[in-house]
Amino acid sequence: MIGALRNARGLATAATKWSRTSLYDFHVQNGGKMVEFAGWEMPVQYDGFGVLASHEWTRAKASLFDVSHMLQTSWVGKDRVKFIESLVVADVAALPVGSSTLSLFTNDNGGIIDDTVINKRSENGLYVVSNAGCAEKDLAHIRARLADFQNKGGDVDVKVIDDMSLVAIQGPKAVNIIGELAGSTNGLKDFKFMSGREMSLKGIPVYISRCGYTGEDGFEISVPHSEAVNLSKLILESPDAKLAGLAVRDSLRLEAGLCLYGHDLDDTVTPVEGALTWTIGQRRRTEGGFPGASKILSQIGKGAVVPRRRVGLIVMGAPAREHVEVLNPADGSVIGNITSGCPSPVLKKNVAMGYVANGFHKAGTELQVKVRGKVQKAVVTKMPFVEHQYYRG
Amino acid sequence: MFTRLTSRPFTRAFTAPRQGFVSLRGYATKRYTKDHEWISVTDGIGTFGISDFAQKALGDVVYIELPEVGKSFAKKENISAVESVKAASDIYAPVSGEVVAVNSSLGEEPSLINSSPEGEAWIAKIKLSNPAELDHLLDEAAYAKHCDE
Repeated sequence: MIGALRNARGLATAATKWSRTSLYDFHVQNGGKMVEFAGWEMPVQYDGFGVLASHEWTRAKASLFDVSHMLQTSWVGKDRVKFIESLVVADVAALPVGSSTLSLFTNDNGGIIDDTVINKRSENGLYVVSNAGCAEKDLAHIRARLADFQNKGGDVDVKVIDDMSLVAIQGPKAVNIIGELAGSTNGLKDFKFMSGREMSLKGIPVYISRCGYTGEDGFEISVPHSEAVNLSKLILESPDAKLAGLAVRDSLRLEAGLCLYGHDLDDTVTPVEGALTWTIGQRRRTEGGFPGASKILSQIGKGAVVPRRRVGLIVMGAPAREHVEVLNPADGSVIGNITSGCPSPVLKKNVAMGYVANGFHKAGTELQVKVRGKVQKAVVTKMPFVEHQYYRG
Repeated sequence: MFTRLTSRPFTRAFTAPRQGFVSLRGYATKRYTKDHEWISVTDGIGTFGISDFAQKALGDVVYIELPEVGKSFAKKENISAVESVKAASDIYAPVSGEVVAVNSSLGEEPSLINSSPEGEAWIAKIKLSNPAELDHLLDEAAYAKHCDE
């Protein structure tokens, strides 16, 4: 047993070159085991609270996550919608004020640069959140295109929001907890999934969206740095709320069938191959106008050739994790690879995501995977593995 | 009882130089590897598992791959794997020998490794082909020191 434990020994070592969120000290005081992630020192889990227990707590009650390492940006200017549509596949023009959508930044080869959530925050601006691991890449890409757009007379500016932390509260009790802090008299009944609004939580001004990365009902809350600890303490006053770290995010999102960029998606994968065709707005399918549009749109519609597809798998035997080969049972040839996998705490089965060659992607298809030299059965399974609990009103 | 025996200097005078006095007397010799496996040997059969230090570092164990009974392994050969939600960890044979038994209750209850890593959650029993290998493993005190490094 070497690998896991050598990493474990490295947990406590601090390096001043990593960034810390406004909740760093709070995490440490609460028993957080801090690790490096995407250049930030983040809690992977908390003392005395294992990943399984945290996972079950999230699905039964509510977990509080610090996700301040993610990139939050503000897009303003008369031409902001036109500009962002030149970078993403979403129909942002049609997005109602107060609504948000999952979208994808694409490159000229039709590959995915990052996945992102775009909020039409007000009549005057967009609020956009994207992955911590892609922050540098996203900003370089956006800035290059921005300069070009502005030089052609476009009225838009994109700013990094660096004065706000971001926390997520996820689980069936989240709505009760936030409702109470908001002084809501109707249990936030009108606050639907994938919408956002400004609120005051016990006097703390926040921008809050009903969304998340766990498949549960919940909220992501953009809060001033100076109030992040206060807000966290207020949330944790509820006996239903507990702090949760990065480790449990992976098992939760995988059960929910949600992709992890850098693993299930990368810049060689098109939205169609990534089973994310639904993110491409209807109007955008006819008009294009996003990078790689001709390649991507050629993969949609009758007669389209899609060489590989992202699928869900349930795997017998040992869990199949990233890089495990997927085989055709007929002849043992390699027809794909796993990009994420773990034992599902809810299903008590091994779940995985991966890519398989076209023709092997239909639900119910029986395949094989090779784990540590042993061939095991796997079956293509529709995702999510665990039903979403999103509040749609 | 094991500790009291070894701390009494006069018993060492009766040590048979090759095999180590405790295995001659039939008492269990417990040793540890630097890779956090433990092995307890009685009459040439070593029962092994992973240490408490290891299970703490791993977190919740959800799956264990047991070796085949009858298969022989060299010391330090990959003999098993223990999986947490997040990752798989290889386990290496602490000594060379043939697997004579495996703990099948771990299949039903992998979490036993967390609750009783050095007791109920033994992984397998090996018939030692070279008992002298034990001399190169750490005793409890040396292992505790190793964990603190």
